[in-house]
Amino acid sequence: MTTDELIWRIAGGSGDGIASTSQNFAKALMRSGLHVFTHRHYPSRIRGGHTYTEVRVSADPIRSRGDGYNFLLALGDSFARNPKEGAYYGNEEVKPLAENLDDLRDGGVIVYDSGLLDTDDIPDFDERVEEHGWHVYDIDLRSIAREHGREVMRNTAGVAVTCAIAGIEPQAIKSLMDDTMPEKVFEPNMSVFDDAYDVVTEEYDADAPDVSVPTGSHDEEQVLISGSDAIAYGALDEGCRFIAGYPMTPWTEVFTIMSQNLPEVGGISEQVEDEIAAAALAIGASHAGVKAMSGSSGGGFALMSEPLGLAEMTETPVVLIEAMRAGPSTGMPTKTEQGDLEHVLYTSQGDSHRVVFAPADAEEAYRQTRRAFRIAYEYQLPSIILYDQKNGGELQNVPASVFDEEPNPDLGSVLTEAELADAPHDASGKFNRFQYDVEGDVSPRSIPGQEGGRYLATGNEHMPAGHISEDPENRVNQVNRRMSKMDTIRKELDGDDGERNFHYGPADADYGIMTFGSQQGTAAEAVDTLNEAGESVKLLGVSELAPYPVDEVAGFIESVEEVLVVEMNASAQFRGLTQKELGRFGEKLSSLLKYNGNPFEPGEIVEGFRTSIVEDGTLPGHETKFVPAAGD
Amino acid sequence: MSTFSAIGEDVERDRNEYTPGLEPQPTWCPGCGDFGVLKALKGAAAELGLSPEEMLVCTGIGCSGKLNSYFESYGFHTIHGRSLPIARAAKLANPGLTVVAAGGDGDGYGIGGNHFAHSARENHDMTYIVFNNEIFGLTKGQTSPTSPKGHKSKTQPHGSAKDPIRPLSQSLTAGASYIARTAAVNPNQAKDIIVEAIEHDGFSHIDFLTQCPTWNKDAKQYVPYIDINDSDDYEFDRTDRSEASEMMYETETVLHEGTVLTGRYYVDEERPSYTQEKQAIGEMPDEPLAERYFDDDYEWERVYDTFLDRHK
Ligand SMILES: Cc1ncc(C[n+]2csc(CCOP(=O)(O)OP(=O)(O)O)c2C)c(N)n1
Ligand code: SF4
Repeated sequence: MTTDELIWRIAGGSGDGIASTSQNFAKALMRSGLHVFTHRHYPSRIRGGHTYTEVRVSADPIRSRGDGYNFLLALGDSFARNPKEGAYYGNEEVKPLAENLDDLRDGGVIVYDSGLLDTDDIPDFDERVEEHGWHVYDIDLRSIAREHGREVMRNTAGVAVTCAIAGIEPQAIKSLMDDTMPEKVFEPNMSVFDDAYDVVTEEYDADAPDVSVPTGSHDEEQVLISGSDAIAYGALDEGCRFIAGYPMTPWTEVFTIMSQNLPEVGGISEQVEDEIAAAALAIGASHAGVKAMSGSSGGGFALMSEPLGLAEMTETPVVLIEAMRAGPSTGMPTKTEQGDLEHVLYTSQGDSHRVVFAPADAEEAYRQTRRAFRIAYEYQLPSIILYDQKNGGELQNVPASVFDEEPNPDLGSVLTEAELADAPHDASGKFNRFQYDVEGDVSPRSIPGQEGGRYLATGNEHMPAGHISEDPENRVNQVNRRMSKMDTIRKELDGDDGERNFHYGPADADYGIMTFGSQQGTAAEAVDTLNEAGESVKLLGVSELAPYPVDEVAGFIESVEEVLVVEMNASAQFRGLTQKELGRFGEKLSSLLKYNGNPFEPGEIVEGFRTSIVEDGTLPGHETKFVPAAGD
Repeated sequence: MSTFSAIGEDVERDRNEYTPGLEPQPTWCPGCGDFGVLKALKGAAAELGLSPEEMLVCTGIGCSGKLNSYFESYGFHTIHGRSLPIARAAKLANPGLTVVAAGGDGDGYGIGGNHFAHSARENHDMTYIVFNNEIFGLTKGQTSPTSPKGHKSKTQPHGSAKDPIRPLSQSLTAGASYIARTAAVNPNQAKDIIVEAIEHDGFSHIDFLTQCPTWNKDAKQYVPYIDINDSDDYEFDRTDRSEASEMMYETETVLHEGTVLTGRYYVDEERPSYTQEKQAIGEMPDEPLAERYFDDDYEWERVYDTFLDRHK
């Protein structure tokens, strides 16, 4: 087994403090110079249920959760027990141990709370330990916590044990706890920590396992950021000061972060009656001259379909966020999927258009959110950030300098009153806000309250000053202008070199892997593994979906023999989009799909590529599915 | 900063200033009550001396939704039932604007009912005019939420089995702080009520009875009405919730028996508007947000300086 990385899984019940503990653990290790990446798994219930978070730690940059893990900290599931001694809600009692053994690597470590968990309940436990060479530590974390503080401090005891076994300098964790905990809580936690640490060093042979934490150092200051943080921060830096929303997992994270931060910068957050209202409020605020956003997850976004079309027809800039989870309908609320791609691209009636970005990770999320606002306000149309439960909740270290950018409060194509005075008006004195013979097809707008800017915004087809009209000639002119904005945006995004997406691996590789959004980092790791093993593969991670990067993708597909399209849904939506946009290549594109609620691990992509593309074989099929090229 | 110089101008105005100089001529049917709303709104705006450019009139979809096509101001003709959330946000973004939302009874009490309840509850400082013709006009005469029980239409051929909703009572329960009913057949009362409603600091709901001669020939909207505030028979304290509530209940009962009572039903001057509430708890700036985008001297905060420490 390898020692160059630690993948630490802390498991327990929802409500056990798994998220905060793992976040502190990750941050402490980041501060000590390492790269970190977390992965969350939680059920759709408030208390109890099987929850875990993985923290992957390495001296080198990390882009995914990795394959399996090598250190399990199994906490008892205290919240799943009801007050009657020994009684559990459901049959959760042994899950923190039993549920987590399948992916534990050979030679890995198991620490479990013997105060709450019993290995006798798990059939074959000893045989499995033997077979895989696991090192088992049964430590009564609950008693240690009770003795020096309170039972909830079992987490701290568990972290201390981890430090003792994996060789992590305790001070790294302690100083972080000092920063984040009030003194009254900090003191007992320290006692718990020290006692648990001593138990391992005194009573166990801590040198035995082959699991240790590497050492590293960063060239520059790092921050621990989730995709949701990055989206919120991108919006704030781009001058967004208004958000309206309605909670829905996992979009709630962005909504919460914005609501907590906006008042501090003089912005407004509104939790409203439903998602139709939410999107409509964002449109109203934007119409009145404020950078505004809204968002939801699949079900709530469905309700936004109508205001989305209104934004396009009235050419009101707005940014909407769509955080995907497994569907259809309410699906699996806390499980990830990429099944809303077509929904987001095509919802809303008529020839309607929007710009769609699908960030791969926190850094891209920050940059693309800023770009989404800039495009929306410059071109006066809706932009959407499409991400998912996976990258929304993953924490990773990002150089702080990524955020060291100038703010941009520019409203885009808005005229000042002085400019309005010279702008064209119709004979009634209304401003011709929707002219069609304008440069770049963007007709600049005015803001209510501005002298000389009076016009009617309407979701009906309208004349240049906004009067409702079914005149055929005007109709064609307006449609052409609105549609051609997408071409202009495509040119702008393509830039000079036309390489606007993520290319990885040898340029002259024989095969390609294509993916979009949150699977990019995982696929990149798979490409490394394949190339190290003698294959010849490169990756294209598409994170700008509409307008589609037609030339760039066509160039990529043309340059290889065959492409495996990797995505987290059952109907190959991204592959379908690619074929629709390019109008060819059906015979060159095969699909690797996963839709069980969990994201790909790099090893699954490696296996999928080998079995399906190289060996022309069939996958076992229970986790991932292979759909061959149309020509096969 | 000459950003929103149309706001707050105090000039004597003529009602014709709110008539679009060119077309469009209203496409409403001859005799339609919607003309009465248009007339009353023009009169009210002139009386208040409001510049067309400091007014934002947001409408929904229906014959009623055309109001801002024929009224000269900034306008947002939105989608069916959604005028309120758009209007609300515009007011939050720029509290200097005079914001009026309007739509039909189907638009406001049917598809937009949820927004109606919540806008009233939050007491946004705006005026909401519902054109109540007890019918769907634009889609050609289907039963609406205010149509009387037993009302027959092509979509309710056996007559509606539903009691009509009680908009005044609903609005009181939801939390509107100014509630009145008026009718197109008396544009003078209507104008005065709109003036009061716009001046009122909070959510003003006007249930505006408009006759639809095309689809609803039998409606009570033609019947002469009684102004409850002028009649000695209807004495009550309109600042008192329960007295107002009783009057509304009575009114909404007799309305469908053919007696039309109009006037001011409820006025709560004490309740702070939503803007004031938000500002009091520190969730809304004192200066209009929209102005900040035009202020070259404003120092925009950066995440790097403001929030990033939390993640280090
Ligand atoms: C979402 C949606 N559903 C249905 C319609 C069709 N529609 C247009 S107007 C209208 C009813 C209008 O009735 P009302 O609000 O009472 O206004 P009126 O025409 O009587 O003034 C309907 C159902 C629509 N435009 N949008
Ligand atoms: S259909 Fe009725 S409501 Fe519509 S314009 Fe004609 S009369 Fe007025």
